[in-house]
Amino acid sequence: MVSYIWFFLIVIGVLFSLFTGRLDVINDSILTNGSKALDLMLSILPVIVLWTGIMKIAEESGLLRKFAKLVEPILSRLFPSVPKDNPALGFIASNIAANMMGLGSAATPFGLKAMSELQKINDKKDTASVAMITFLVLNTAGVTIVPTTVLALRIAHGSANPSEIILPGVIATFCSSIGGLLLDYCIRRRKMK
Amino acid sequence: MNTLSKIVIPIFVVFVVFYGFKKKVSIYDAFLEGAKEGLMISFNIFPSIIAMVFAINIFLDSNFVYEVLSIFRPILEFVNIPLEIMPMALLRPISGTATLAIMNDIFINYGPDSYAGRLASVLQGCTDTTIYVLALYFSSIGIKKTRYSLPVGLFADLVGITVAFLITMLFF
Repeated sequence: MVSYIWFFLIVIGVLFSLFTGRLDVINDSILTNGSKALDLMLSILPVIVLWTGIMKIAEESGLLRKFAKLVEPILSRLFPSVPKDNPALGFIASNIAANMMGLGSAATPFGLKAMSELQKINDKKDTASVAMITFLVLNTAGVTIVPTTVLALRIAHGSANPSEIILPGVIATFCSSIGGLLLDYCIRRRKMK
Repeated sequence: MNTLSKIVIPIFVVFVVFYGFKKKVSIYDAFLEGAKEGLMISFNIFPSIIAMVFAINIFLDSNFVYEVLSIFRPILEFVNIPLEIMPMALLRPISGTATLAIMNDIFINYGPDSYAGRLASVLQGCTDTTIYVLALYFSSIGIKKTRYSLPVGLFADLVGITVAFLITMLFF
């Protein structure tokens, strides 16, 4: 999928500038892109490293786990098809907790474990179960409270108040999750009838 | 509101450090271990950042977006949406790195505190890359029939993106 996008971006870009006589711009662009990427990397790297460091403390002290425990009761309502004591719920909770704290890549292992637990109680192994879909909707809506890379990049570009976007971001991400879950719920209800 | 947004992260950091200290975790070592992981993560995403910055910049520098989307310019200007945001909103469910590269471009051209810069920030933070996550998670356990998951995931993105537009207008 990403290959198609990549192909599309490059081919359209080069062909279009060929026809509109902007090829010299593209030539410059291609040659200077590497340093632009490096700048981007260097501006987000320190914050990622710092934040994963802080969150490691939260993980080892059991804070992340505690936070996950807090959301578990809500989860068992969202996933009626999963038994209450199933380990999948714990992994889902950890995944959401890590996502919230802006640890996208640390959240992935929890997500993968949650999926394999859900697969164990799935009766059609090649077909997505209802619980899996609910989990993925929750996951892709991406409930993020601390968007680490966004903050890092805002700081790097000299924002007067880098964190001013946190609250609007939280509201948007919350609405996105609710919207997704509602549609998911409606579809589930209709399928049951 | 301003002070509130400035206080969230410091409070959070103090709380985490304090809690770790209280639970007798060797917080300094834990931090170093986590930071090392963060460094590895950064190295791992570096190739994809180079790839995406490369492709996105060719695409943006060709002016294709401006020429094609300028048909919609009157409508977009009417609802106060900068043209540059459109490719970002469209690519958001597909590639997080691609939109990161666009956001970087918007910050360079307009600054992070411009309307476009703030909108880009909220957009980047508000949803995850649906298609990537679906592909990764389903393929990890060998699911072939994904049923209604993609439309629902994309619907959630659409809601998030719409709210991001509205909320940025209201807030700033």
